[in-house]
Amino acid sequence: MIDVQHLRRVFETKKGRVIAVKDVSFTVERGEIFGFLGPNGAGKTTTIGMLCTLLRPTSGTAILNGYDIVRSPHFVRKSIGLVFQDPSLDERLTARENLEFHARLYNVPRAIARERIDRMLEMVELVSRQDDLVRHFSGGMKRRLEIARGLIHHPRVLFLDEPTLGLDPQTRCCIWDYIHELQDQEGITIFLTTHYMEEAEHCRHIAIMDYGTLIALDTPEGLKKTVGEDRIGMTTMQLDQAMSYLRGRGLSPSQVRERELVFEVQNGEAFLPAFVRQAPFDILTINLTRPTLEDVFLRKTGRTLRGEGDPRSVTSRVSTEKGS
Amino acid sequence: MASRWRDDLTGLYTIWLREVRKFWRDRPRIIGATVQPALFLLLLGTGIGQGIPHAFGVEPSGREFAPGVPDYLTYIYPGIIAMTLLFTSVFSAISIIWDREIGFLKEVMVAPISRWAVAVGKTLGGSTVAMLQGCLMLLFAPFLHISLSWPTILILLPLLLYISFSLTAMGIAAAARMRSMQGFTVIMNFLTLPMFFLSGAMFPIEGLPRWMAILVTLNPLTYGVDALRSVVIGFHQFGVVQDLLVMGAFGLAMLALAVVGFESHE
Repeated sequence: MIDVQHLRRVFETKKGRVIAVKDVSFTVERGEIFGFLGPNGAGKTTTIGMLCTLLRPTSGTAILNGYDIVRSPHFVRKSIGLVFQDPSLDERLTARENLEFHARLYNVPRAIARERIDRMLEMVELVSRQDDLVRHFSGGMKRRLEIARGLIHHPRVLFLDEPTLGLDPQTRCCIWDYIHELQDQEGITIFLTTHYMEEAEHCRHIAIMDYGTLIALDTPEGLKKTVGEDRIGMTTMQLDQAMSYLRGRGLSPSQVRERELVFEVQNGEAFLPAFVRQAPFDILTINLTRPTLEDVFLRKTGRTLRGEGDPRSVTSRVSTEKGS
Repeated sequence: MASRWRDDLTGLYTIWLREVRKFWRDRPRIIGATVQPALFLLLLGTGIGQGIPHAFGVEPSGREFAPGVPDYLTYIYPGIIAMTLLFTSVFSAISIIWDREIGFLKEVMVAPISRWAVAVGKTLGGSTVAMLQGCLMLLFAPFLHISLSWPTILILLPLLLYISFSLTAMGIAAAARMRSMQGFTVIMNFLTLPMFFLSGAMFPIEGLPRWMAILVTLNPLTYGVDALRSVVIGFHQFGVVQDLLVMGAFGLAMLALAVVGFESHE
């Protein structure tokens, strides 16, 4: 659905050249939810800007729904719907008027537009508020309206830039329901950026971007495998005994505190019960943690998704090239 | 290609419609934009027309102010209409900066319509609003004992739109390049006030010092005021053809700047 080929974008600023996107290539399959992750300034927004023809690539291109983003931007625009990171509604128009404006702007025939607007308002549960000025809407309602708007013209690809940023957990959950509903009913391809790792779990594929390049692209499961096995943390009074027992079983435990050690195993859930039964020493506490996408992200970028640096990181790099 | 044209024209119409609708809905703005020029007419017109001759011991002589123009108030009336067009046009252009600030401009910029259509739609929308506001000014004519016949009004409507189009294009050309509301307001005040004062709206342009006469001649609004004056009260200093040509050329140049401003927008 989207075939990105050696996309590059350089900004000329007063301080010199800034390479926001270095050389990015990837493919998004038809009908999938594709997650696009990266720390702030990684080049995500610049990449999206190029894909939706708001920014011209310095070199390279992408084919979206069969159209070249550089050569046929008009048809690319007709193929995509956008929900921006920042609100972009006209607050002095009513909800319905915002949708009508959008339908006209995309030249959707009137009868089809009316039907479509009704359906979308229903989906995002704003039918009863359709004639109210958007100014009086809450953040969640505005976001829902924006999602409805992005879909009025039957786009093939929906770009969602941080669709749930700043929303309460209940609304976030509700928005994810719409997204899945859309995917089921309309077979739409969804390209999404997010800061919430648990939301990235919804994606079929995840791309991680940092310093203008793509550093990982895989399924959530595939990505988690790259950071390691399940981790078991245990406290015991007989630490030495425990260490040698574990070593004897081919594991490599390491001591983290006076009475605490950790080690990695495959398939921790199955490992634990048998281990607890057979261990020739007293276990005070034991816990199992599985790698999360947060771990993947930390390992790949040296930073947590929301925070800037991380003191534990060993992979943080120094670079003068930063994204926009 | 034909479908692209249809998309562009529909988009242009949509953008125009939004401007006109929002104007219609914004009653306080309509009232404000009507009261301000009315105050100019009533206070400044009466004050200068009656008060100043009195203060300098020159009795209003009953002589005509200019050939065919009975008094000062009648003389400045078309000038005040031009002022209304100027301020409303430029104020309309603020909508671009406003749209950018609330993020709405992005919605327009990613739509499948050409940038020129956005620029022209905004310009036409703003000029229609200015024209409507100008029409409200015509309601003052009876109070000034100026009779406007229906044929005159029919000529006035396109003329108001024509002048407004040039002025709005100027505002849009500036707004397309500016990011802040405050910046735009400052620059536009800096531009519109001299434009207004040097247009012959408030005083005849004959016998002015040479430097001022040059500025007046270079000011495109001078020709707009002149065209309005010749239609409304039948008095003019240039010909209507010359007026229309100058305003038209200025308008096209500004529209070109506006379109380029939008085309290069990222």
